[in-house]
Amino acid sequence: MGKRVAKVIAHHALTPLADGSLENYRLVKEGRSAVQHHDAQEWNVGEDFMAGLIATPFASPRATNLALHSIRCALEQLSEPLPTSDTMLIISTTKGNIELINHARADVRLGAMAEQIAHELGLTRQPVVVSNACTSGVCAQVVAQRLLTAGVCRYAIVCGVEAQSRFIVSGFQSFHALSPEPCRPFSKNRIGLNVGEAAATIIYAATPAEDIQPNDWVLRAGAIRNDANHISGPSRTGEGSYRALKAVMTGAKADELAFISLHGTATPYNDEMESIAVDRAGLIDVPIGSLKGYYGHTMGAAGVLETILSMAAVDDHTVLATLGYDDELGVSHPVKVASTNRSTDKRAFLKLISGFGGSNAAIRMQKGGVQ
Amino acid sequence: MNIRGTIKITPQAVVRDGQTLPTTKHGDALLTECYRNSHADYPKYFKMDGLCRLGFVASELLLMAQAEERFQPRDDRAVVLASCHGCLETDQRYETTIDDNDNYFPSPAVFVYTLPNIVTGEIAIRNKYLGESSMYLFEETTSEEERLQLLQILTFEDPMTTSALIGWLNYLDGEHYLAKLYLITNE
Repeated sequence: MGKRVAKVIAHHALTPLADGSLENYRLVKEGRSAVQHHDAQEWNVGEDFMAGLIATPFASPRATNLALHSIRCALEQLSEPLPTSDTMLIISTTKGNIELINHARADVRLGAMAEQIAHELGLTRQPVVVSNACTSGVCAQVVAQRLLTAGVCRYAIVCGVEAQSRFIVSGFQSFHALSPEPCRPFSKNRIGLNVGEAAATIIYAATPAEDIQPNDWVLRAGAIRNDANHISGPSRTGEGSYRALKAVMTGAKADELAFISLHGTATPYNDEMESIAVDRAGLIDVPIGSLKGYYGHTMGAAGVLETILSMAAVDDHTVLATLGYDDELGVSHPVKVASTNRSTDKRAFLKLISGFGGSNAAIRMQKGGVQ
Repeated sequence: MNIRGTIKITPQAVVRDGQTLPTTKHGDALLTECYRNSHADYPKYFKMDGLCRLGFVASELLLMAQAEERFQPRDDRAVVLASCHGCLETDQRYETTIDDNDNYFPSPAVFVYTLPNIVTGEIAIRNKYLGESSMYLFEETTSEEERLQLLQILTFEDPMTTSALIGWLNYLDGEHYLAKLYLITNE
């Protein structure tokens, strides 16, 4: 067998907007947002806040059950069950079941949460939890690609999940990172982020490169890079994001890209940093966008959710609008962001993400084989 | 795979490259003794939580024994760590700042450490490592060798990475912790 690549064989997104990838995409394309006002007293936090929260009740431990729902929905799309001993589960989350912190429960540990999910699914291999702050969802897909191309397993289930909690909201409020209004990525008057919750799953299969069909999605390249600058602030030179972009563009051309799905949290520093990184990487003419206006920042789920929506957008020949962008560019480098949907005939995109700990990650997704 | 150096720190002892280093303290005080013995002169150490202090002193003691130039920006070295308890000790500490409605004072200085990958960032910042940094969480249901082997495979799949600070870091509290780090190359 020749070189194996990581091919997407199923995906599913559970968000406040919808239960299913395509339904989510349809609503996002219409400009619907999950972000709503939430009351400080009800949440017992310092101030009111805006967030995208899943209204459907899920039993505690909530993150575990959100993840299980999404993974099961993805598995149901497959024509036959995955071989349990040749499938690895990769969970991406930042705080998992943090609401259990005062209950002396094992599954507050992220590894224990993942083992419980694997057990429920009948998977026998030890699961991997990737917890690289907000970059985790992209990092988890990089891990999947590596496991598959290295031959460690034949299938990888990547699930990004985040349940919102008083713990997270109060922490971001203490950082003054939350916007009291819907977030405005890349806009001049952006003042902060909204948080969100979601569970999103992509199942990858190791596939011989020559077997890739024109409509197959393949994770072609992935990279994780550190800024080596600050634990809670992005690099002024966009160092890690620039290096991650450069690494995943090795052997590819900017004009092959439909768009770059940026992190675009709408904090002043993040969006500015990304504009620098995109320019330094020679990608300033490529359309860019952020999906945070639709869902808020879904943290451990963001990298997976935003990859799913980006695949659906390319399938639909569309560059999605950046909801909340007010047409007044507020970053120093002229990134190609837009407040309306645009059309594209290209078949590849990048997903870039960054987070606390100086972490940055990027993947290049491509539809079809390499000519 | 070539192991260039190892370090193990428990609340009782520090063993580097098979040799026990002379120390007098134990628990959290041992970590600060290690920090002073390393002559790192890095005041940020005192802002760090227990997990980061453990990772910081382990990496310092391991790297200072290497015959290599330090603190030059480089992107060929990864920092790839794994843990069972991650940052739960700090999570618990942060939770106490929001538990009591009459004494609600969420602290950004504590909150920033409620992510298990912060320690990989602290090590990258200290050493100007611009390569990969990753944190994985595992239960201790598989053998240490199995987990280390998986980390190695994952790490060296990136063609940029030629060496890595890799290993296990677990911090439950000041009396219960373990660091086992390796400096490995893919030569």
